[in-house]
Amino acid sequence: MSSVTLKDVRKTYPNGAEAIRGVDMDIKSGELIVFVGPSGCGKSTLLRMVAGLEGISGGDISIGERLINDVSPSERDVAMVFQNYALYPHMSVRGNMSYGLKNRKMPKAEIDQKVNDAAKMLKIDAFLERQPNQLSGGQRQRVAMGRAIVREPSVFLFDEPLSNLDAKLRVQMRIEIKKLQRRMNVTSIYVTHDQTEAMTLADRLAVINEGRVEQMGAPMELYTNPKTLFVASFIGAPAINLIPVTFDGQTLNNGPLELSGFTGLPENTDLVLGIRPDVMDKNPSGQFEMRVDLVERHGGETLIYGALSNAVDNQGEELEICLKGDKEMLPELDEKLQLGFDPSTAFVFRKDTGERLI
Amino acid sequence: MERTRISTHIILICGAMFMTLPVWIAFATSTHAPETILREGLQFWPGGNFLKTYKEVLFVEGGVMKKVTAITMLKNSLILGIGFAVGKVIVSMLAAYAIVYFRFRFAVPLFWVIFMTLLLPLEVRIIPSYKVVADLGLLDTQAGLIIPLIASATGTFFFRQFFRSVPDELLEAARLDGATAWGFFKDILVPLSKTMIAAILIIMFVVGWNQYLWPLIMTTKEENYTLVIGIKQIYQVLSEGGEIPQFQKAFAMTILATLPPVLVVLIFQNWFVKGLVESEK
Repeated sequence: MSSVTLKDVRKTYPNGAEAIRGVDMDIKSGELIVFVGPSGCGKSTLLRMVAGLEGISGGDISIGERLINDVSPSERDVAMVFQNYALYPHMSVRGNMSYGLKNRKMPKAEIDQKVNDAAKMLKIDAFLERQPNQLSGGQRQRVAMGRAIVREPSVFLFDEPLSNLDAKLRVQMRIEIKKLQRRMNVTSIYVTHDQTEAMTLADRLAVINEGRVEQMGAPMELYTNPKTLFVASFIGAPAINLIPVTFDGQTLNNGPLELSGFTGLPENTDLVLGIRPDVMDKNPSGQFEMRVDLVERHGGETLIYGALSNAVDNQGEELEICLKGDKEMLPELDEKLQLGFDPSTAFVFRKDTGERLI
Repeated sequence: MERTRISTHIILICGAMFMTLPVWIAFATSTHAPETILREGLQFWPGGNFLKTYKEVLFVEGGVMKKVTAITMLKNSLILGIGFAVGKVIVSMLAAYAIVYFRFRFAVPLFWVIFMTLLLPLEVRIIPSYKVVADLGLLDTQAGLIIPLIASATGTFFFRQFFRSVPDELLEAARLDGATAWGFFKDILVPLSKTMIAAILIIMFVVGWNQYLWPLIMTTKEENYTLVIGIKQIYQVLSEGGEIPQFQKAFAMTILATLPPVLVVLIFQNWFVKGLVESEK
């Protein structure tokens, strides 16, 4: 168990491409941190830099008190679970789990003990002698985790470990990873592009965009209080509704659409209004009108998609918005719904910088 | 449908006969007495001299100097074939490992230089090679026969392609598991390449077994002859000696020379095919 500290960490490739542009982060001992962001944002690169699989172009990474910039991956005391599991295909499950310990010259009896314990914990003790190609995806995932656990590292690194699993298994393994991490209380960094995974797993979440940390904090903090347009649009499912607007001193306008209840915003600046699908509701005197295009019934709730009347997006096309309602809310197609929202639950961002104003 | 099946089979049978008939005729002829062959030419049906011919070839010293039996030559050929194949696999695997996994200056140009030597057959460099081996005092030794041949561009190329298809995550997982460069090679790459190794061993064994020019130049003593040279030697006796031509022995030797490669391919064919078509992941 140790903390992990990143100080102004940078990664520049020889061709000049900047993958990581100065990341500062303090990860407390035992914390589960999730790096989330779109593909190509640098989240995996950052993780691999902590693992030692990518060099560090600038800044410092420490585990505990120890600076590990130039320490080889095997001596960093980290274990990693890969997206495609990276099990050694020719070794049995036992062989896979014990390989790292053998390389550390651990006595055989001790290795067997540790492997058996970890296998029991992950419920893979029945397949210890099987080859990876005889296992299902979920079982392989467990073996990959077992290989990480037996080493008793001070930091666990997960690189999109669940993206090769089917939806049901993904949820199940997600819960197990969380439980396991709680039980072992090992500092963990988990990379994913799936915001549901990020929200549910993380103690704290780091939203990464173009090699920088946009915002870091508890999942609900990021959901209710995003600092930038990017964070607001990335966190939350279904995604937040974004409506391009301008402010004229009294109302937010998009063409004929006028929304009151906002003050203190800069005029003559392109702004973006963000409203979460779940803070809008049917209200005869509401400020929005929506023409229903699609109704998705999810069982406990209903997602209603439609075009916002009297407003257009940046390309001048119809503006699609989403509304989250309860399971009884079943409008007809092309029905016009009158929607209201509380202006204090909406966000307003500057369009150019993405900075949040309200 | 029925028609195509029949014609397919006819074509297949013709092809098979075309390939096997010469071997059969060689075998049948080898079981006749030399007088019969001289009188009547090649024989299609086996004769009664099977045991006599093969016993003589295998156990009675023949050749120009009457010093060497087929058994000795078989042994020499085996040593050459196996040494050649094993040596090539080891050298080309190590070379491919260096090229694929280590970043060093000129790795790519070096690879292409190696690859281009494919264009140069042994015959082109046979005189310099002979000079080098002679200067090292290795003429007429097994080492001199094998070592100059074990660098293999083909093998290096095959292993390079195979190693490149091994997912990078395996290397990364091994690095996190504390494997050294040698450990990764021996614990992960070699076991993964099993089928590839088998395929290359088989191909190279056959190539080594069939080497003719190089052993012919390298060996001067009869007891170092390989089977392939032995066959040639018998024909040489035919044209020079005053004895009755021993065609049956030449054919017997040919059959003996064909057997080991055939056996090797038969026994290992599953691995062979696997190694060529499947990249085991």
